[in-house]
Amino acid sequence: MSDYFLLFFGTVLVNNFVLVKFLGLCPFMGVSNKVETAVGMSFATTFVLTLTAALSYIVNNFILLPLDLLYLQTLSFILVIAVVVQFTEMVMHKTSPTLYRLLGIFLPLITTNCAILGLALLNINEGHDFVESIVYGFSAGVGFSLVLVLFSSMRERLAASDVPLPFKGASIAMITAGLMSLAFMGFTGLIK
Amino acid sequence: MIISIAIAILTLGILGALFGSLLGYSSIRFKVKEDPIVEELDAILPQTQCGQCGYPGCKPYAQAIADGEEINKCPPGGKAVMEQLAERMGIEPQALDGEEKPKLVAFIREDQCIGCTKCIQACPVDAIIGSTRQMHTVISDECTGCELCVAPCPTDCIDMNPIALTTQNWQWDLNRIPTKINTEL
Repeated sequence: MSDYFLLFFGTVLVNNFVLVKFLGLCPFMGVSNKVETAVGMSFATTFVLTLTAALSYIVNNFILLPLDLLYLQTLSFILVIAVVVQFTEMVMHKTSPTLYRLLGIFLPLITTNCAILGLALLNINEGHDFVESIVYGFSAGVGFSLVLVLFSSMRERLAASDVPLPFKGASIAMITAGLMSLAFMGFTGLIK
Repeated sequence: MIISIAIAILTLGILGALFGSLLGYSSIRFKVKEDPIVEELDAILPQTQCGQCGYPGCKPYAQAIADGEEINKCPPGGKAVMEQLAERMGIEPQALDGEEKPKLVAFIREDQCIGCTKCIQACPVDAIIGSTRQMHTVISDECTGCELCVAPCPTDCIDMNPIALTTQNWQWDLNRIPTKINTEL
């Protein structure tokens, strides 16, 4: 049990997908203008990350491994991700229109989020078993959500503050992201 | 060599077919019936997204009409849109909500414009051009007279002027003679 906790906090804080591994940077910069949209994106991504972790594990261990087709990993994982995203969208549209409206365009956008494919491949590289894969996927999602919401609330404040002209807009956002990344580096010593 | 390629292709093919059929099945199983009338009503509305009806945009208003809201709340559409809505919904045309105002068009007094771009952001139909610290102006052909740009202006330099009558926009005020078409023949 404590292994799972370690894995969880390790992934959320120490090996954060966005700020330490630098995966999924495009939604991190792209949808962080408003807290509301950031929250929507976080939920969608966490959901898809968790599902993808489970499914890609199944595909890898029960189809690709016995058939000795490991070189097809990337291709089949992309297939899995696309299907999971599409399927989630359909089910959500049917079962929870409110959530569907909230997530809106972000759901299909996740298909091309590199954090998802990164997660599927990292799960294989680190040799996680089934439960570990799911925990890893979920905690990657939580870590993504954490930094995305933090960053978007900072950007909302930045939009209202008096930023010197050369730093206005994208450049101050980049600097903020860099500082956040530095701050997250400070967690490195947290778990050995 | 050939065999391993064949296995790879076959595996991916089966995987793809499996996922494809899953998606195909779920697209039928989880089909969401969207009220087709909302789309049609939305097509009638002028798409200025001005919010004068009290809804955040044309689509929400179309949804509200489908749910039984009054059809006379769209000032940019005016009488023409209201009549089309009445026809589509199969109800009697209603008097427009409030006085029908003369058609207005926004005008920016350019000597007072400070170039803040706030009106540009407010305009739902992109009828205002200009950039930061440059004076702005209104493309009067595009302006729907929704007055959304008036409130954000920090120097109050936007006027709503009635459209000057020209040969281009003169409306012949003729009484139309209703003709009856016998459809049973």
